[in-house]
Amino acid sequence: MKKRSLLALAMVGALSVSMLAGCGSSSTKETQAPAGSEAATEAATEAAKESTAAGDGKVYYLNFKPEQDAQWQELAKLYTEETGVPVTVLTAASGNYETTLKSEMAKTDAPTLFQVNGPVGLASWKDYCYDLKDSKIAGELTNDEFALMDGDSMAGIGYVIETYGIIYNKALLEKAGYTQDDIKSFDDLKKVAEDITARKDELGFSAFTSAGMDGSSDWRFKTHLANLPIYYEYKADDIDTTDAIKGTYLDNYRNIWNLYINNATCDPSLLSTKTGDDAVAEFVTEQAVFYQNGTWAYNDVAELGDDNLGMLPIYIGAEGEDKQGLCTGTENYWCVNSKASEADIQATLDFMYWCVTSEVGTKAMCGGESAMPSGDAGMGFVIPFKGNLESSNPLVNIANQYVADGYTPVAWTFSTMPSEEWKNGVGSALTTYAADQTDDNWAAVVSAFVDGWAKEAAASK
Amino acid sequence: MEKAIKRYLPIFVLPTLAAFIIGFIAPFIMGVGLSFCEFTTVKDAKFVGISNYVKAFQDTIFRHSFWYTALFAIVSLIVINVCAFALALALTRKMRGTNIFRTIFFMPNLIGGIVLGYIWQLIFNGILAKYSTALALNQWLGFWGLIILVSWQQIGYMMIIYIAGLQSIPGEVMEAAQIDGANSWQRLWKVTIPMMMPSITICTFLSITNGFKLFDQNLSLTAGEPSKLSEMMALNIYNTFYGRSGWEGVGQAKAVIFFVIVVAIGLVQLRATRSKEVQQ
Repeated sequence: MKKRSLLALAMVGALSVSMLAGCGSSSTKETQAPAGSEAATEAATEAAKESTAAGDGKVYYLNFKPEQDAQWQELAKLYTEETGVPVTVLTAASGNYETTLKSEMAKTDAPTLFQVNGPVGLASWKDYCYDLKDSKIAGELTNDEFALMDGDSMAGIGYVIETYGIIYNKALLEKAGYTQDDIKSFDDLKKVAEDITARKDELGFSAFTSAGMDGSSDWRFKTHLANLPIYYEYKADDIDTTDAIKGTYLDNYRNIWNLYINNATCDPSLLSTKTGDDAVAEFVTEQAVFYQNGTWAYNDVAELGDDNLGMLPIYIGAEGEDKQGLCTGTENYWCVNSKASEADIQATLDFMYWCVTSEVGTKAMCGGESAMPSGDAGMGFVIPFKGNLESSNPLVNIANQYVADGYTPVAWTFSTMPSEEWKNGVGSALTTYAADQTDDNWAAVVSAFVDGWAKEAAASK
Repeated sequence: MEKAIKRYLPIFVLPTLAAFIIGFIAPFIMGVGLSFCEFTTVKDAKFVGISNYVKAFQDTIFRHSFWYTALFAIVSLIVINVCAFALALALTRKMRGTNIFRTIFFMPNLIGGIVLGYIWQLIFNGILAKYSTALALNQWLGFWGLIILVSWQQIGYMMIIYIAGLQSIPGEVMEAAQIDGANSWQRLWKVTIPMMMPSITICTFLSITNGFKLFDQNLSLTAGEPSKLSEMMALNIYNTFYGRSGWEGVGQAKAVIFFVIVVAIGLVQLRATRSKEVQQ
């Protein structure tokens, strides 16, 4: 009896020890000096020396853009090889950045580098933002517009400039008998789209790709398209942000939304189920001419051929739109966690500086095909830093051409939208309206837009 | 022997107790504390009193989601248990292939809720597209979609519990009833069901609390569309927490309210069904 219980005890003991061992396994990596030539050994000692010089700082970047995850991982590895500073990159799943950030920030090893999407995002994280005013990277900015200020302190730095509009397929538009020169206003766009719809069977394609309201695509309309009525209202009232939107341009919003949904590849009642991938598929298989999206979508549509892609401003029929350009701005601001240790903050600042100034870094961020040292495609960004390189993304070049031709870019006012709840409210109302286009259902959109804004602005205070 | 086991009580209890404290007690206490605070991350919170609770009770959507969830829990409770019981009765008969059927009915339960939600969303929307509508356009379509989904998922699980219960009914009792002239309907109501009360207690408890706590399926099937009308309580809490900056505490307060409601309902239900249990 005694023996058996002793045995049991021993087993329990062994079990718990192995459990604890499982928990405690820390990631101690063995540093292996490359064997072989003397030069290699020398390089290794050099690297080791440098790493001690940099202190014990480490970088933990919580990345917002899933489409660039591979590039950031590679860049992190390169930086570690070059300097010995460990860099961890974690990418949040699409649409889950805030969720991930909130839980990661509560950890002992919190992200040292994270992102906010603009003034509204900053409101919840301002206590965590290190003042970047005196940092080296702030000196690299080409335009102060891309610094996100919180009073006097520079809370964030935009690291990528993006542009969106209506991407179109040149060949298909010509097949329908039009060119970009025929579309200079909302009325033109409407005429062309409705003409294509009328001849849909004969032409074999539709005007617009499906305006999917699934979670993977609804931001194109509840956020990006909604930017236009807000932009024009701010412009008319000469303000940058407000707690009470008036909805002056909501009729225009209705017109462009009607145009999108009634001249698309699918019945408007099916939009709630259509995804972002559906729209891409329709566009690249030439089922539709127009596709509202931005420079970041280039890789998805590249197979149509660079010369075949054009971009149009999103006309909504507001006054002065003959000079309206594409929508350009950023919702990606880098912030450094002020609650991280001194050494980590310094390491993070050095990493950011390296990314936007070193040859490898800028090439990875701005370059297109095979810009990464491994031969993979680069991130294709336009960065607001002095180190910016010429882009190989044709959509970016189109956007630059608009500016060069004297068109006024539309600012990204959607970073002033009061909350996610507001966007979701507008999105739901748009979906319901699309399925049944009555005035009552539009009144619900207006209410979500105007009343919802006031309510959310008050609630988020 | 018994004494020896008692001596090692701490060793046997400790791992589970530690897990329970780390995984339940500690977060629970922290959660209740945070419901009185304003915070962005759980580590630095500022005490604000009961204002979070005031905001939570003022939220009309939260009230709507309570009634919607309650209705869902009741309907799913009835559908799941009636179907599971019927299946269990059918699959304890002596016939060929019962094990295969049990396995097949149990299998949906092995798939995660999110995956199920997206698969069923495709199925439902595929059918509804023929009628020019979709799950996201009508809260009652979403409601019945969720009922079908969770029934499909949970009937097999409850069935296994009922089968175990049915198999533990002594054959003599049934035989005696039969000799006394009870027909099969009477045997079901007067013998089987009373003898099954322990299983029924477990199954009703599980299905009613699952109904209230439903989250993944709700998130992936309807995501609360249209305009939050098909948002159940757990999803409402989640959306409150992440939807607006500064509302984390309100989400936390709602979670505490939710906990109290689920515990109260669970206890009432346990007491009601326990009292009907009979000694074998």
